[in-house]
Amino acid sequence: MTPLDVKQDFPILTQTVNNHPLVYLDSAATAQKPQMVIDAIETYYKYDNANVHRGVHTLGQRATDAYEGARETVQQFINAPHSKEIIFTRGTTQAINIVARSYSEKFIQPGDEIVLTPMEHHSNLLPWQQVAKRTGALLKFIPLEKDGTLSETAVKQTITDKTKLVAITHVSNVLGTINPIKEITTYAHEMGAVVLVDGAQAVPHMKVDVQALDCDFYAFSGHKMCGPTGIGVLYGKKQWLNQMDPVEYGGEMIDFVELTDATWKELPWKFEGGTPIIAGAVGLQAAIKYLENIGLDKITAHEKMLTDYAMEQLKQLDGVDIYGPTERCGLITFNLKDVHPHDTATVLDSYGVAVRAGHHCCQPLMKWLNVTATARASFYLYNTIEDVDRFIDGLKQAKEFFGDVF
Amino acid sequence: MSFNNLDTLYRQVIMDHYKNPRNKGTLNEGLTLEMNNPTCGDRIQLHFIIEGEVVIDAKFEGEGCSISLASASMMTQVVKGKSVEEALKLSQYFSNMMLGKETDSDDLELGDIEALQGVQKFPARIKCATLAWKAMEKAIDQEDEM
Repeated sequence: MTPLDVKQDFPILTQTVNNHPLVYLDSAATAQKPQMVIDAIETYYKYDNANVHRGVHTLGQRATDAYEGARETVQQFINAPHSKEIIFTRGTTQAINIVARSYSEKFIQPGDEIVLTPMEHHSNLLPWQQVAKRTGALLKFIPLEKDGTLSETAVKQTITDKTKLVAITHVSNVLGTINPIKEITTYAHEMGAVVLVDGAQAVPHMKVDVQALDCDFYAFSGHKMCGPTGIGVLYGKKQWLNQMDPVEYGGEMIDFVELTDATWKELPWKFEGGTPIIAGAVGLQAAIKYLENIGLDKITAHEKMLTDYAMEQLKQLDGVDIYGPTERCGLITFNLKDVHPHDTATVLDSYGVAVRAGHHCCQPLMKWLNVTATARASFYLYNTIEDVDRFIDGLKQAKEFFGDVF
Repeated sequence: MSFNNLDTLYRQVIMDHYKNPRNKGTLNEGLTLEMNNPTCGDRIQLHFIIEGEVVIDAKFEGEGCSISLASASMMTQVVKGKSVEEALKLSQYFSNMMLGKETDSDDLELGDIEALQGVQKFPARIKCATLAWKAMEKAIDQEDEM
């Protein structure tokens, strides 16, 4: 395949950091934005800004069209059956919290089981801990295989007819594991459970079709897929969303209001109280168009090429621990022997290479890996083979620098 | 490529404290305080014996990067045998140093802590350096309440 060559679309990537051209390998935390997305937000604010769903003036209509147009773009992007099943949120965290609040209140009883995995990001763990405390439901965890994957046996032993809900990440932000969502939803549905998928690390990197996955809820963030921060999406099957109550009450989401009671709008607006994130939706729409113009399949292939190459190079260095399975998404979590990941990241940063160091919002998974922290390099469509080479060079410097000391 | 920039941060004396930490371990008496840096997972457990407003003994255990562990080692070394008042003054001095504020050392005996001066140029690492000091302040606070 021909590697993608799109770095020039991203103004931020043209700068130098600590006197070296920037190599950005932290896209799993947040992705950079192409000029097209920045322009779309600027154009919206310059020419179309107004509040939506109210008033009769021209700008109000333009803003409403832009916002609802973005919803349709998202619907088509993930192949949702209806645009009213697309709820705009602040991000993945808020999307999951809406389901944890609203679905649980209606459908979770004491003694019901909620099934998770130990590889969940805190944002798909803490909301369920709270649900368990509020409702008296029990949390169960599908045990991981040694390589950080889920086996069919483990899935089938953990999900039972007592399971009411399965909340699982599509792609692990630490291990890069790609979970078999389709198989899990099929089995969970047989057991009578619904499935929520945390797609924050999947949607930016691969074609996601919520109908093919047959999940009940799917959550993701705009900022990890070249869109702005502060916008995310909750997809939910309308059969569930229709039965769920709003979580936030106020302006925008209402139908009729009297002094002591009110009714609210239908889907999706009943979940979007207050002035919505209009510019964010416009930016997300531009990001989707940008990614689709390039092609999600090409992006997946490009990242795989970079990851395979980086793996090969890493294996040639001594004393590198790599976490996660062979089949993985475009990120590598690792530690250098005798070098704390913070120190690794500081050395890399001094060479202009940005990686993440820490617990990656996955403290239970760090415990499972028996480490307190790790370093992580994550790749996206704008990264190149040269970026990987710079990363590997930086690691060699870190080894040399700390090797001298020890 | 040169290591100049990194040398500012990782001076030999820091690496020496990291590699050969002083006062590492536990104490069976006195007070114990655990503190972590939730953004990165670094964790320090501090053991202090304070008698008559003097820090009689100080030890630490922990998991963390070179900066946080070296800082803990230096901190325990420098406050041991000092009065509580001096320990708190040192903490204030250290905090100002991290913020890049010019402060009179006021005849304080600084030990090795000045070696950490370079950290101020690495804002992302200041929290690593201050973790042990914050734990120390909290330990003294607790002692006051007892």
